[in-house]
Amino acid sequence: MSLTNEIVQQKLQEKFGDQLTGFETPYGMLSFEAPKEMNLKVLQFLYDEPALGYQFLTDITAVHYPEQVGRELAVVYHLHNLRENHRIRFKVFTSVANTDVFTATKIFSSANWMERETYDFFGINFVGHPNLKRILNVDEMDYFPMRKEFPLEDQTRVDKDDEMFGRGGSII
Amino acid sequence: MTEQHHHITLQEGSIAKQTTTLNLGPTHPATHGVFQNIVELDGERIVSAESTVGYIHRAFEKLAERRPLYQITPITDRLNYCSSPINNMGWHMTCEKLLGVQTPKRVDYLRIIIMELARIADHLICNSIVGVDSGAYTGFLYVMQYRELIYEIYEEVCGSRLTTNIGRIGGFERNFSNTAFEKLEKFLKEYPEVLKEFENLFTRNRIFMDRTIATGAISAERALNYGFTGPNLRAAGVDYDVRVHSPYCSYEEFDFTVPTGTTGDNYDRFLVRNAEMWESLSIIEQAYRKIQSLKGEAAEVYHAEVPEYYLPKKEDVYTKMEALIWHFKIIMGETAIPAGEVYHAVEGANGELGFYLISDGGRTPYRLHFRRPCFVYYQAYEEIVKGAMLSDAIITMSSLNLIAGEMDA
Repeated sequence: MSLTNEIVQQKLQEKFGDQLTGFETPYGMLSFEAPKEMNLKVLQFLYDEPALGYQFLTDITAVHYPEQVGRELAVVYHLHNLRENHRIRFKVFTSVANTDVFTATKIFSSANWMERETYDFFGINFVGHPNLKRILNVDEMDYFPMRKEFPLEDQTRVDKDDEMFGRGGSII
Repeated sequence: MTEQHHHITLQEGSIAKQTTTLNLGPTHPATHGVFQNIVELDGERIVSAESTVGYIHRAFEKLAERRPLYQITPITDRLNYCSSPINNMGWHMTCEKLLGVQTPKRVDYLRIIIMELARIADHLICNSIVGVDSGAYTGFLYVMQYRELIYEIYEEVCGSRLTTNIGRIGGFERNFSNTAFEKLEKFLKEYPEVLKEFENLFTRNRIFMDRTIATGAISAERALNYGFTGPNLRAAGVDYDVRVHSPYCSYEEFDFTVPTGTTGDNYDRFLVRNAEMWESLSIIEQAYRKIQSLKGEAAEVYHAEVPEYYLPKKEDVYTKMEALIWHFKIIMGETAIPAGEVYHAVEGANGELGFYLISDGGRTPYRLHFRRPCFVYYQAYEEIVKGAMLSDAIITMSSLNLIAGEMDA
């Protein structure tokens, strides 16, 4: 029996009920959302359940949505069942004031550096991580540069405001 | 003759430390790139190692948030710079997935030729460097001139050699010239002999085998848990290949095997890469035959008909209104980009190279994340070399094919 998005969704909903939300399949990949304190339960279930078997962690990263107050940061997991060749994505949202999210390093060794990178750039505090320190940026850095409040361009330039990139303001 | 003793006064307790700390990198002949390993040695044996990366971090993900899609291609060049074209193509395909662009068959085949050439160039470097680090310089110098043939093909197609910026969203910036195909034929004709000779130098070489067999090994289970992909995972016995599992660019039409090893040691990684070069050669030949068998218009096309995303020809821009409008719209980022989330993976020379692109409909990505295979598997290095000899750890480093550009992004 090959794994399909419908089967995975059904299995997850049987187990977790309506705690998981936002099921959709953008460009064919099943994607959903879990409450942030449940990320490990979901990962462990996806790993252990024989019918699912998502035992390969492809990627962990984060996204910053400053306008979503109370859930500004999304931690995104990409998982892969290599036997059935099926990929899924799930997200947990956390507020920028309290960025605690449980670490996945107990399940996946690969999560170690992925989470360090995510911490380095977004300031997600992975609770229980064995060595949560900066990885690509200098240790002395005191901010999280991938957050949206740090625009790339020189602030004194007026020719490259957000308007020029299709966001904010209107195009005359 | 009076006896002279020069006594050094040691601080009290200073010899309590029984091990030696050795710093490999960030600039060290053994690292072949800018990254660092601080190893704790007991004699020649490694007690523990700590890896540090980030010395050439260039904030590509942040840069990408301020660039229209077509301006991100040159950034991808600089990830794994030994096989830039694969990164470029992977990025184009990610954009095409987001934009819903279908590429003509000929474009797919041309892309496959370029990507497989890049794979050969990359594996060739990696394997010959393994030779260098085990004391055999000859192979490295010998194959360089044949990598040069590959770079000449790139040069003929896109004008540059290392950081290629090859192709565009929808296809190629220009058609392949006859010279490009002649150079390709020359390569296909000459390279098998060279690869055979290269293998003769190493594969059954007693010294090389002694240095690489049973060193730097990782089990399939640990490799999977560490997120290994590509040749390093296949050497451990797992036949995961993105080209087969999630075919892109018409790879499903091609007939090739996925070489695997059994022990995941340095020797198996070497063998898997060598075997993959033969497979790549066969794929290139198949693709070239497919291109030659195309007829009529399909035999000339080199890009998809997507004026919204594909820059028009310069002579048209100067003479035709329509082309001029599209040129401006593309350059100024005025074309509509759909909102959406895409993950697209290609089989890079080091494994699964993934692009996670979030578009909010703006001219630039809202967020772009590169899943760099090298970054993910390098963290296993500390575990692999623990308890190994220092000299084996050096070979392990080169046989994992650690590319600093890909680790740091």
